Amino acid sequence: MCTTCGCSSNGATIDHHHAGHPYVARRRGAAAPAATAAPGAETGPGRTVDAAAASAVAASAAAHLRQVSIEQDLLARNDAEAAANRRAFAEAGVFALNLVSSPGSGKTTLLVKTIERLAGRIPVAVIEGDQQTSNDAERIRATGAPATQINTGKGCHLDARMVGDATASLPLARGGLLMIENVGNLVCPAAFDLGEAHKVVILSVTEGEDKPLKYPDMFRAADLMLLNKCDLLPYLQFDVDQAEACARRVNPDIRILRVSATSGLGMDEWVNWLAAGAAACGAAAPALEQA
Amino acid sequence: MHELSLAESAIALIEDAGRREHFHRVRVVRMEIGALSCVEPEALRFAFEAASRGTCAEGARVDILAIPGEGECAACGIRAAMETAYDLCPQCESRPLKVVRGTEMRVKDLDVE
Repeated sequence: MCTTCGCSSNGATIDHHHAGHPYVARRRGAAAPAATAAPGAETGPGRTVDAAAASAVAASAAAHLRQVSIEQDLLARNDAEAAANRRAFAEAGVFALNLVSSPGSGKTTLLVKTIERLAGRIPVAVIEGDQQTSNDAERIRATGAPATQINTGKGCHLDARMVGDATASLPLARGGLLMIENVGNLVCPAAFDLGEAHKVVILSVTEGEDKPLKYPDMFRAADLMLLNKCDLLPYLQFDVDQAEACARRVNPDIRILRVSATSGLGMDEWVNWLAAGAAACGAAAPALEQA
Repeated sequence: MHELSLAESAIALIEDAGRREHFHRVRVVRMEIGALSCVEPEALRFAFEAASRGTCAEGARVDILAIPGEGECAACGIRAAMETAYDLCPQCESRPLKVVRGTEMRVKDLDVE
């Protein structure tokens, strides 16, 4: 996304283009619509002048206006690209997961420990999403797993096109895992399907029990919640039952696992869940062409 | 600020329509935004203004048609208005209502010239 005008574009990681955006001149030169608004008039963009002027403008313009029906979802493009990703993952026989959480919930450590446990059993490829730095991808590569870093710049979430572009350079093994670590953010990634099999939301016990109620869209979108850092429970006043009740209030069907990437608590169950999903995806994939 | 991404999607839809329908200036954009969607209408309006600069939708008035939330109870079958996406059934209070209306995020139509 552009730091000058706040516009974003696809290919967040790469360079920004300003095609059709002579915005610097317009911003500084042209009066913004709101600036011309009469006192007391609504001042939303496009809602400008006073009622008399508005009706005069409307009368002269109405003759030239026609109505065009659109009737399309704002997420239509992302959803189409997510569907293409989903087809590609199904053909490759790979189990793709979208890991979402707030920053600091321990996603990357959990991923590193997960990859270590799966080593020699199931191939794992990773897409790392962050606004800046390739620190997380480097942590993943240190485990020996292939990883691609997407830097979203000012962007607050990954979208399906970014993931499609990133998977092109990753080996997707039949019966393997593709772990997509989204930007740490409990709001925006909820709306953007990446083509994953499941969203997995990670909540750590150093956060509040009521986070599922505060950020319901994300917990509704997820199929599995990992309650992470459970090794710290003896040192905290965190009510696990209340946290799980909040998650189920928002999403009665959500599955919950209590884990600690550090102590290993619950990691067997998590890894078994991953292995079962990967095996099912591998088995369901179309037969490999004979060489 | 995922509203910015959504505003850009709206503009892409509008520009596609402009090529298809041969218009060069949009005066009014009508969008339907559900009360239970993940969109904050004023943030979307703000983002649309920024993202539309230099496009055929620059300066267009954005009319946001709010769609109220409505849900149905899987247990007792009643329909009820919803304030949040996890409102319990007001009758049996057994489970959250299943959302049937109010998650819309659509570009409905345009006034163009």
